[in-house]
Amino acid sequence: MSNDITRRDALALGVSAAALAVTGAKAQTSPIKAADVPAPKFAIEKGATLRMLRPVRFVQADEDVFRANAAKFTKDTGVEVKVDFVGWEDINQQTAVTSNSGAGPDMIIGFSDAPHIYVDKLVELTDVADYIGKRYGGWLPLAQTYGKRSKSNAWIGLPFGATAGPLIYRKSVLKSVGFDKVPEDHAGIVDLCQKLHKAGKPAGFALGNAKGDGNGFANWALWSHNAALLDEEGNITINSKETIAALNWIKQLYPTFIAGTPSWNDVSNNRAYSSQEISLTANGVSLYFSLKNDPATKAIAEDSEHQLLPKGLAKVSPMAGLTLNAMLFKHSQYPNAAKAFLTYMLEKDQYEPWLNANSGYWSQPLAAYADAAVWSSDPKVTIFKDTMKSTYYDGYKGPISTATGAVSADYVLIQMCAAVATGAQTPEAAAAEAEQRAKRYFRRQGR
Amino acid sequence: MSVTTISARSYAQHQPGWFARLLDNKLFLIVVCLTPAIGLLTVFLTYPLGLGVWLAFTDTTIGQRGIFVGFENFQYLLKDPLWWGAVFYSIFYTAVATFGKFALGFWLALLLNNHIPLKSLIRAIVLLPWIVPTVLSALAFWWIYDPQFSIISYLLVDVLGWRSTNIDFLGTPWPARFSLIAANIWRGIPFVAISLLAGLQTISPSLYEAAMLDGATAWQRFRYITFPMMMPILAIVMTFSIIFTFTDFQLVYAITRGGPVNSTHLLATLAFQRGIAGGELGEGAAIAVSMVPFLVFATLFSYFGLARRKWQQGEAND
Repeated sequence: MSNDITRRDALALGVSAAALAVTGAKAQTSPIKAADVPAPKFAIEKGATLRMLRPVRFVQADEDVFRANAAKFTKDTGVEVKVDFVGWEDINQQTAVTSNSGAGPDMIIGFSDAPHIYVDKLVELTDVADYIGKRYGGWLPLAQTYGKRSKSNAWIGLPFGATAGPLIYRKSVLKSVGFDKVPEDHAGIVDLCQKLHKAGKPAGFALGNAKGDGNGFANWALWSHNAALLDEEGNITINSKETIAALNWIKQLYPTFIAGTPSWNDVSNNRAYSSQEISLTANGVSLYFSLKNDPATKAIAEDSEHQLLPKGLAKVSPMAGLTLNAMLFKHSQYPNAAKAFLTYMLEKDQYEPWLNANSGYWSQPLAAYADAAVWSSDPKVTIFKDTMKSTYYDGYKGPISTATGAVSADYVLIQMCAAVATGAQTPEAAAAEAEQRAKRYFRRQGR
Repeated sequence: MSVTTISARSYAQHQPGWFARLLDNKLFLIVVCLTPAIGLLTVFLTYPLGLGVWLAFTDTTIGQRGIFVGFENFQYLLKDPLWWGAVFYSIFYTAVATFGKFALGFWLALLLNNHIPLKSLIRAIVLLPWIVPTVLSALAFWWIYDPQFSIISYLLVDVLGWRSTNIDFLGTPWPARFSLIAANIWRGIPFVAISLLAGLQTISPSLYEAAMLDGATAWQRFRYITFPMMMPILAIVMTFSIIFTFTDFQLVYAITRGGPVNSTHLLATLAFQRGIAGGELGEGAAIAVSMVPFLVFATLFSYFGLARRKWQQGEAND
């Protein structure tokens, strides 16, 4: 507490703001390069107050720094900001209610596709995005996909970070079957998984109704075969020969998995990996941290390595990150204050400490932040630095819409993969059924 | 009594106030007493139900106001293999689980009806599975059925050595279906057992004494006294049980979420999955509404069928 007061005193004395990293870290030597771009002047409305909703934290430091940044904004501008943290599973519903009723928080940080669903109710943020983009080395591809209205340069959301699920594997086990890392080609992966299976330390990927891990695996299988749910125009292209090839590959791969993956949910692979039942899976960085922070499993963490999802036939690793995406609603009485706040939070004095506080759970949407200290703190976390460089996203490669989100929430693609893996359906039948189900969700897009 | 009447008469001469006269008005009393109840029913039952039925005929999504589409949702469902799968499993689940619950519950009730030491304590303990919040027991079963960490697999593989691999309870359709039914039976037995126990205790012991004097065996006493006497309460309990089982949601959603590959979706979980997770409120509502005919049929069947005297006392005994 006393620390806090000295910092505020310092502020009053007009010491450079860069010295005031909220974490108390040595921010004077910030490695982040910011271009000298004239900041847009937002005329903050008189008596403005702001309310924001955002998803709950991974780590306590996330919330602490975020709140401290908001408090700093209040101190600098006099605008009161109230930030509420909401459970992940509730944020979509609360956004829907806010947007439909035209009341509630001024800003919501939702997930990936949210601004595209409520685009009519949002204030365009192009001025903020242009300035921040120019200042910090440009927006990364995933940020552009989720931030901009499709096929235009109008920004409707401001990405704050993304988290993805690359491969995580046991170095020693892979070495024991003759591999240094997971091969980049499909045949090589099958070969590796067969050998792991024979060694009694199989691979395991979620094929159950798991929103994160299940969709991640299904998308990887499809995209690495150049299959996709949609084409650029938004036509459903899931029933294709590329999809059939992907499904046949899964059929080959599935017998090498540990038993029970069709019933796995999002935590199952974490548990199986932590108890050393499996040696290869795909997961977010949370698994690594939970292993590392528990003395009982620290050895597993030391023996683990992350690797971007293998490319297969794709040009870059086909991995989509779940993105924090900030929206500003038209019903806000103080849009200028809100824009000023969002800009403020993305400036390096605020954003860099926040990024570092997240210790790798969220990775930056702006190129310049790749130099942040967090990415050199633990070499095993460094790989997450490029999460937002991906050109793949939920609903690839069509325009993002309500329906793309619904397809992944209803597990359409996972169930297609699982049906083929377990032999319940032929690849052709499964792809046709997925097409039918997708068509149902997309039937309203033309209206 | 007479005292009050007299005083009321004497009051009448004094012309009681308008409020007292109002309270004497039968119509007014009826309205005043019924309004809260009707109000609550309207707000919390009729309106949501009506809204649900209305939504079933629209294409409303979360975040988008829908338009009236007539029977389009239902037409789609009739062509949807997942809906048919959910109908099949809902009926199968209800039938098997109800049978299991009644067989075991009736048996348990008969056992508990005997004089045993610590009778009340045992009866209280029997109720436990029913008292525990469903989600908690579902989570316990989720661990019991876990593909990697199941206690059953652990006992069979690591302790007893009877199997070399873990049992895959939830990874393939039929084992998953029966695993859920077992969990539902476990949870439902206490309700049936305690209700039937209450029924058993209303049967007069003199009937059994008379039968014993006539030389009836234990089975005959059960078949011709206990069972017919229990029929009315069986009908009621079964009606409730069928409704609870058919509309079950928590167990399935917490343990399998309808997986593997939709083989364990009940209509209720499918409605939630489509309506809330998938955002297709209209379609979800249509799935929920499609449960109504099944429920009405099951209720009528068990209520009128089982409560008929012919069933209770045999054809000849009109």
